Amino acid sequence: MEELSPFVIFFASIFTSNILLTNFLGMCSYLSVSRELKTAWGLGLAVIFVLTCTSAVNYWLYYYLLVPQGLEYLQYIAFIIVIAAFVQVVEMIVDRVSDRLYAALGIFLPLITVNCAILGGSLFMVIRKYDFVQSLMFGAGSGIGWALAIMALAGIRRKMSRRSAVIPALEGPGIVLIITGIIALGFIGFSGVVQIN
Amino acid sequence: MTQIILPALSIAALATVLAVIILIVEHYLMDYGEVDLTINDERKYKVTGGSTLLNTLKKENIFIPSACGGRATCAYCKVKAVRGFGEILPTEEPLLTKEEIAQGIRLSCQLKVKNDVAIEIPEELFSIKEFKGRVEAIDDLTYDIKLFRFRLKTPETIDFKAGQYIQFQAPEYGDIDESVYRAYSMCNVPSDQTSVELMVRLVPDGICTTYMFKYLRVGDEVTFTGPFGDFYLRDSDRRMICIAGGSGMAPLRSILKSMSPEEIAKRRPIFFFGSRAKKDLFLMDEWRAFEREHPDFTFIPTLSSPAPEDNWEGETGYIPSIVEKYVDNVAEAEGYLCGSPGMLNACVDMLVRSGMPEERIYYDKFE
Repeated sequence: MEELSPFVIFFASIFTSNILLTNFLGMCSYLSVSRELKTAWGLGLAVIFVLTCTSAVNYWLYYYLLVPQGLEYLQYIAFIIVIAAFVQVVEMIVDRVSDRLYAALGIFLPLITVNCAILGGSLFMVIRKYDFVQSLMFGAGSGIGWALAIMALAGIRRKMSRRSAVIPALEGPGIVLIITGIIALGFIGFSGVVQIN
Repeated sequence: MTQIILPALSIAALATVLAVIILIVEHYLMDYGEVDLTINDERKYKVTGGSTLLNTLKKENIFIPSACGGRATCAYCKVKAVRGFGEILPTEEPLLTKEEIAQGIRLSCQLKVKNDVAIEIPEELFSIKEFKGRVEAIDDLTYDIKLFRFRLKTPETIDFKAGQYIQFQAPEYGDIDESVYRAYSMCNVPSDQTSVELMVRLVPDGICTTYMFKYLRVGDEVTFTGPFGDFYLRDSDRRMICIAGGSGMAPLRSILKSMSPEEIAKRRPIFFFGSRAKKDLFLMDEWRAFEREHPDFTFIPTLSSPAPEDNWEGETGYIPSIVEKYVDNVAEAEGYLCGSPGMLNACVDMLVRSGMPEERIYYDKFE
């Protein structure tokens, strides 16, 4: 994978290999927090930040601690602990530093601890054997892609709540999953541009 | 062997390192030190920052009403934030109206005290305390209403206005795994400073009333906070029309019994007390005696559906249709009402239709 430019990875992880729309990771908060654009934006920002940072931290952890000890198989548990601790610390820092940032972003941080897109990002980085810069770009790109997807959905849901008549049986998660499928189909249109899988 | 121990140790070491980092960050970042808390522009407190406004005030012995325990569901703990609290949080937004948000009203259980802050709260809240008492007597008033008498232990006395209420704390019991607070009006007079009397009707499946009826015994310790409420006697010369149903008698008993003979002669109170049948009436002798003592006081018990064996010769039907029979100039009087929302709304409608301005109708609604 050495030949892939970090920028290609960055671009591809936003559009062609969107972590949410092609791998369906991070669905729970995607479904539940997409009712309003403002909260979707807050959660999206939090995911971008945490995904980028944990990719870097977990890269270091994996290649400098786990691999030398021959403990690669512990990556799942190690990554999860690191993500949980990282989110805790960031939440405290945000709480201390800025009330506005805490109100906009901080309250979403605990939701992210259990967002599988974050863990998925770190695991893909290992499976695809990215180097450090590639991992960073992949993390940031995946975060942006996730935020893009949830904002698209929040926008559609807001429009829909105003003027669409949804069949009662499909209200809520039902129609949201159908919409997600259609958005995913739309994103497949990008797949001719680059491929990283 | 190392194959087993090494991974376990590595994960343990990793978790320990991260826990230590969190503890260090928490120690340095979450320590807000001493901050200034200013209330109503004049009272200043030095408090330790870092906890919620509700709990910070509690430590200073200022009790803001709160029923949900800080989970942002009951919306009782509203205060006006003057400065130091930043923007409204998404957890508060659903519980506040647009007008309240514009005035700076916030939920004190959601706000964190991190720097010097200023708030405004009603002056009465300063006299609110947490009381510990002992059950002195539990008497049956009817088959489903009991009178509870608590003698105060700490503090030893309570200062309240006749008509106000306390929040009684029912602890965890049986299958109920969290303590709840419920509001009950005092039915004794304020001059009786060392005890508190409540009239409580058993609510089927009610968490608090079930506790009080089935578990509470004479001699048990009880906890409550108070006094709260703006249902009390207003100063005026107008005639008082008092209307109550069931255990709604409590605050009106406190109000009427605490009036001086001169005041009763001036205000000429008339008390309509509504019940379903004779078995729901209580303290009739007491009110008759009060009537004999004060010629200007009138007591009218009414039954909405008397049983045939009641041989009831008094008033029947709904109170709204009876009031005008006894009071000539309803529009000029003042209304004091306490009871269920259904009865209260009907009575308020009637008083307003008779020409009484709504701001002269004071009521305490069960909710």
